[in-house]
Amino acid sequence: MYKRKDLLGLRELSADEIMTILNTAKEMKAKIDDPALRDKSLEKSSIVTLFYENSTRTKMSFMLAGEYQGAIVKDLGVATSSVSKGESLIDTGVTLDQMGTNVMIIRHQLTGAAHILAKNVKASVINAGDGSNEHPTQALLDLYTILERKGGFEGLKVVILGDISHSRVARSNAFGLTKLGARVTLAGPSTLVSNSMKSLGVQVSTDIPSAIRDADVVMGLRIQFERQRNMPFPNLREYSSLFGVDAHMLKYAKKDVLVMHPGPVNRGVELSTDVIDGKNSVITVQVKNGVAVRMAILKLLTENNSRQ
Amino acid sequence: MSSILIKNGRVIDPCNNIDAVMDILVKDNKIDRVEKSITDSADKVIDAKDKWVMPGLIDLHVHFREPGYENKETIATGSRAAAAGGFTTVCTMPNTYPVTDNAVLIEYALSPKRNAVINILPIGAITKGQQGEELADIGTMAAAGACAISEDGKSVDDPSLMKNAMRYSKMFDLPVFDHCEEIRLAKGSMNAGDRASMLGLKGIGNDSEELIVARDIILAGATGCRLHLCHMSTRGSVQLIKEGKAKGVNVTAETAPHYFTLCDEDITDYDANFKMNPPLRSCEDREAIRQALKDNIIEVIATDHAPHHIDDKNCEFEKAANGITGLETSFALSYTELVEKGWLTPAQLVEKMSFNPARILGSDKGRLSVGSAADITIADPNEEYIIDVNKMVSKAKNMPYNGRKVRGKVLYTICGGNVIVENGELTKEYR
Repeated sequence: MYKRKDLLGLRELSADEIMTILNTAKEMKAKIDDPALRDKSLEKSSIVTLFYENSTRTKMSFMLAGEYQGAIVKDLGVATSSVSKGESLIDTGVTLDQMGTNVMIIRHQLTGAAHILAKNVKASVINAGDGSNEHPTQALLDLYTILERKGGFEGLKVVILGDISHSRVARSNAFGLTKLGARVTLAGPSTLVSNSMKSLGVQVSTDIPSAIRDADVVMGLRIQFERQRNMPFPNLREYSSLFGVDAHMLKYAKKDVLVMHPGPVNRGVELSTDVIDGKNSVITVQVKNGVAVRMAILKLLTENNSRQ
Repeated sequence: MSSILIKNGRVIDPCNNIDAVMDILVKDNKIDRVEKSITDSADKVIDAKDKWVMPGLIDLHVHFREPGYENKETIATGSRAAAAGGFTTVCTMPNTYPVTDNAVLIEYALSPKRNAVINILPIGAITKGQQGEELADIGTMAAAGACAISEDGKSVDDPSLMKNAMRYSKMFDLPVFDHCEEIRLAKGSMNAGDRASMLGLKGIGNDSEELIVARDIILAGATGCRLHLCHMSTRGSVQLIKEGKAKGVNVTAETAPHYFTLCDEDITDYDANFKMNPPLRSCEDREAIRQALKDNIIEVIATDHAPHHIDDKNCEFEKAANGITGLETSFALSYTELVEKGWLTPAQLVEKMSFNPARILGSDKGRLSVGSAADITIADPNEEYIIDVNKMVSKAKNMPYNGRKVRGKVLYTICGGNVIVENGELTKEYR
């Protein structure tokens, strides 16, 4: 069951709620490839995307997920909106709320932005990434992909590699995977992986070969140059040689390891090109599953919210 | 002139080493007599049976936002909030707009036109515009009535400029109230640790405070200046202060009620009423701060009363302004958290909220000596109540304590012989 008004993060969700979303996504996936299966179940719903940060796949994926179900989907061009005149987030949200918006999808550079929006509007709010906090729909599509390929989570070893400290993807995945029974290791240079992450119930490692050993899933994360103030490592060459994953490094993992990445990828930095495009990679599958998962979330939230 | 007789109260006056049931007679705005039993008639008689009668509370650290941010607080409204909290003297920080960095603005704060109901002691900035580039008019500010200098809100980044400020202010016997923060280590919005990891907020480590505490204790040792460290929050700072004192450095320290009452684990949501600088630290730090109060390594409780408009707080946590209000909750929180829980005796509490602040200012306030100004606070330590943010006198409502049960209620605030607060309410004349 999923009875919440909003989807703000995986931290507060139960395993049952997560599985409800994943099971609903399964019904949705066929509709992506076969337009004949699509219905107009969301034709009475309006969806607005508010992206205070750039995005290709998340925004497009949400917009298509809405349109495949017949919803009215609009994008607030944040750069060309009243936000550029200094309008506060709450005021922008209340304004869109008054226009009858059913779902607001927000990405913001500050942690907690989606939460404060959700508190102030009747519309359902979906967090599409807030600061260095959470990116729940990315984690849900990752979970869906793992479920699809591995059939379950119990006992799986999942290694998340790279720029952990700035990564909302790593955090949402850590919350979700541990709730579903997977063992999670966060790995990378000590300047990017903080020991305090252990409080999320995960392992923390700076030794990539031992972290990857016998892994069922290896998830690479992009080095977020835009969030670095002081470079946390000397240069990219050193980073990729010590912390990047290439075909040789991948041999430490299980033979049927899934290689994942939320994109966009810095090719040759966190993952080598042969790994990105290799037989274990499900990076492009993740993108398609992203649409299915977002269709499921939109369906569940609009069922719950009558804007009362 | 009018007279006030305070009967049968528990008089707690650490300066004169008194903690006993006594009567106090106020005449001509001064304390006339303090004796076991005074039977003189008076214009006003206050029955203080089972109540604490203390020298008026003194807060070394408040922000009254005037001039510049009058939508948050003014000297008029802030001084009334202070009186409601039992304070008869407060020191106002200079991070106003424009910055209080010259004698004219010191005089502005002291002007009767500001309509204060208690004693206002303005603090001057250390550097011009708090820009950290050149010294503010420290000498002329001292002459105009500044009680200290401070860069509060940030540290003076350049150690040589800070050292000069210490040397120079010493000439005028002005203490330096030091905000300790290495800003390059403080790019976060809450304490670094498990809770920050949980909430996805960037953390500020204890090192950002302790680095400047260490630096400025060394500089105070070198210059002989009177260094007073503001809002101490970490166990490492406590250790550094202890070592500094042992070496004979002239250093004192304050903490604020939130650092001994709350910790970072109290931040559960993105409620910016829990955001301040320095941030709420770990439970271990809170324990160290309580112990440091007990050991008198930290000798002052100051509120760091930091009023903000709701718009500055009802927004994204990382964007929200730092600081919480504190004047109207300080006595109750200090009593509930420190005296009831056995960290401080009643006399030690009064010392930290009145006598010690006065000593740091080099003032003869903070005592109930015959002949001194009649600044007196009367509180009922037993009265239990629930903090209600909507009942606060301050213009601002940004505090994390709404709904919290406390004990210790300020009933009377008498400043210079004038009854500002009576039965817990501002009197008509001073409303």
